[in-house]
Amino acid sequence: MGWFRKPSSTPLWRDEFSVHTADERYVNRRQFTKFLTLTSFGMLVGNAWILAKSAIRRAPAYPRMTVAVAGEIAVGSVKIFAYPTPDDPCILVRTGDDSYVAYSQKCTHLSCAVYYEKEQNRLECPCHQGFFSITDGAVLQGPPQRALPRVALERKNNQLNAIRMEGGGA
Amino acid sequence: MTTDPPQNRGLTAIDGAMALIVILLIVQIWLLSATLESYLAGHPEAALPGAIISGILFAACLGLYRFVDRIDSEVRGG
Repeated sequence: MGWFRKPSSTPLWRDEFSVHTADERYVNRRQFTKFLTLTSFGMLVGNAWILAKSAIRRAPAYPRMTVAVAGEIAVGSVKIFAYPTPDDPCILVRTGDDSYVAYSQKCTHLSCAVYYEKEQNRLECPCHQGFFSITDGAVLQGPPQRALPRVALERKNNQLNAIRMEGGGA
Repeated sequence: MTTDPPQNRGLTAIDGAMALIVILLIVQIWLLSATLESYLAGHPEAALPGAIISGILFAACLGLYRFVDRIDSEVRGG
């Protein structure tokens, strides 16, 4: 306590447990202020933790993975696969004879699985009626605030390869 | 017209400081949640300004606590 108050001749226990009723109001307030200041320190630690996590965060290395063979799915059909890890479900949509798009299947709102709505040609999250563009994964309607992360595809010979994730904080 | 005894004046100052700390704490809680949300959304660039501002807010809280501690010490003659 020496850093904050003048050195006192009275023992600490007398400062903290005053025998005078009037002094109790001061002790209570000071202790509550100390609690608030410690809470503030906790918030600072939280921000410092986020800063440390940001500093050590590296750009993820994405594997190259074959997700489908061209012609494997019909136009307007989908295939579910996992990329880049087995815990990241993605959806591949064949939108034309020779065009494919793939997105993360986790809705950016609350991570429900999105599915392809063929009639409207868009991706839909059934949990809260969020809709995403099939062209670029942008939000069309509903509570999601961010676009779906897109899986970059590469066509090599007859194979469709996922090469990385793009956008959506991926 | 009555004047406030010194004891009560000290209490008023402490109450004012406490109210300020509560306001700073609310701002700090909001800042932490906003920084965390930004980080989880893949925008870590908000982490540094968030940490700096949080440090400033904590320093202000510490200064106010020191103020409360000194008033308590002076009024009660500790």
